[in-house]
Amino acid sequence: MFRKSLVSVGVMAFLLVAAPAWACGGLVAPNGTINLVRTTTLAAYHNGVEHYVTGFNFVGAGGKFGSIVPLPDVPTKVVRAGDWTLQRLVLEVQPPVAEGRALLAFDSVAAQMPEVLLETTVDSLDITVLKGGATEVGNWARENGFSLSPDAPEVLDFYARRSPIFMAAKFNAKRAARQGIDQGTSIPVHLTIPTDNPWVPLRILALGRKPAEAVEADVFLLTNDRPALLAGASHFDALETGRPGLVLTQSAPASDGLMADLRSDKGMGWMPKEMYLTYLKLDTLADDLTYDLAIDVTGQGAPSPVDAGLTFPTLGSPERTWVMWVAGAVMVAAGAAALSRRRTRLA
Amino acid sequence: MRKVLAAGAAVLALASAVACSPGPGSHERTVEITINHSRFDPSELSFPAGTMVRFVIRNTDPIDHEFILGNQEVQDRHESGTEAHHGSIPGEVSVPAGEIATTTYRFGEDGKLLFGCHLPGHWDYGMRGLVVVA
Repeated sequence: MFRKSLVSVGVMAFLLVAAPAWACGGLVAPNGTINLVRTTTLAAYHNGVEHYVTGFNFVGAGGKFGSIVPLPDVPTKVVRAGDWTLQRLVLEVQPPVAEGRALLAFDSVAAQMPEVLLETTVDSLDITVLKGGATEVGNWARENGFSLSPDAPEVLDFYARRSPIFMAAKFNAKRAARQGIDQGTSIPVHLTIPTDNPWVPLRILALGRKPAEAVEADVFLLTNDRPALLAGASHFDALETGRPGLVLTQSAPASDGLMADLRSDKGMGWMPKEMYLTYLKLDTLADDLTYDLAIDVTGQGAPSPVDAGLTFPTLGSPERTWVMWVAGAVMVAAGAAALSRRRTRLA
Repeated sequence: MRKVLAAGAAVLALASAVACSPGPGSHERTVEITINHSRFDPSELSFPAGTMVRFVIRNTDPIDHEFILGNQEVQDRHESGTEAHHGSIPGEVSVPAGEIATTTYRFGEDGKLLFGCHLPGHWDYGMRGLVVVA
């Protein structure tokens, strides 16, 4: 009881001070009227199941908008997430801990309709899980009132070539009004996705944004052990723009307090007693966000370049994939070592 | 009287045919342009002055596009305009998602013209091309 109250107070305080807007996925709305400040996402992986938690917060679009989220596999369940999981994770890393370093540096490489796998509602969101190629999903989105930006065909294709599963979330303004939900209220959604390896879609966050527009996000990972990570943040982009890209900011076993707080949230009872917390901060320009975050939780230290969006299954030659894989492993090791040294110095 | 009218009509028809057909040294061509990922392919074209070109534009994207051909003034007008549909003016046509549209345009004097899509954000995204008339 005490812990629950403490969490609620902490979360409220944070919301009042920071008032962030959470959402995941690419926004699709007429005339770019959506204001998204920051995205927060949790990808937790345990017993072969990814628990993907994110919040949708739509601001200032006149009630006609939605979001498309690429998924690594078919979710078995899409429900409202607990009340404080994302906020509690943000609290865990506030104020910012010692700066890490950029994760990786790479030169990265009409009528058909998709299959509707799942339809449900979460508060004022109409959720549809689709299976199909970029054209099919784009057609469905268009037919269902989504206004797709000019980069949408390429971005949808970028994902569909690796995983044909997408989740479309559409804000139902009438239902929101009936439920007393104001625009701007964050609606957390929890997806349960059995999959071999989790990955986090990042490039989709740049959908519909101008090239020079900033994209900021907090990405939390909870895994049984320290994961191996691979992404495509470029050192050169960071130097040129002054934005660091994807930065490994915290990597350590999750504290007992955090685990207890998260486990006590709705729908989070699946969590084991101990997990490993990884926190990555994304701060880049839309034009530079051409990659995703691949995660290897098998202990083999081999995150997939395909999952990171650095190559495609049909296009990547074995040589190219191999070179990138080795380079990625080296960079992750360097990042982890730097973080470890910094921690040692701080201690 | 009837003969005079018939002769007049024949003369008019002949004059009209001459006006619509390519003049001496001019050509007729058909050019196919594919739209994929909100880009025109090809995005650079070149024709001799006087060429009549039938553009066949194939939109492979799941979103609507348009093909607007003209000088910078034409492009500026469409970028700030609100016309929802094009099709009646030569060189201007809407191309719905997954469909094919055609438009015909006669290139007159030497110079450079632009073509592009002016649906919101598409021109800035880079959906444009160049025609050199020489």
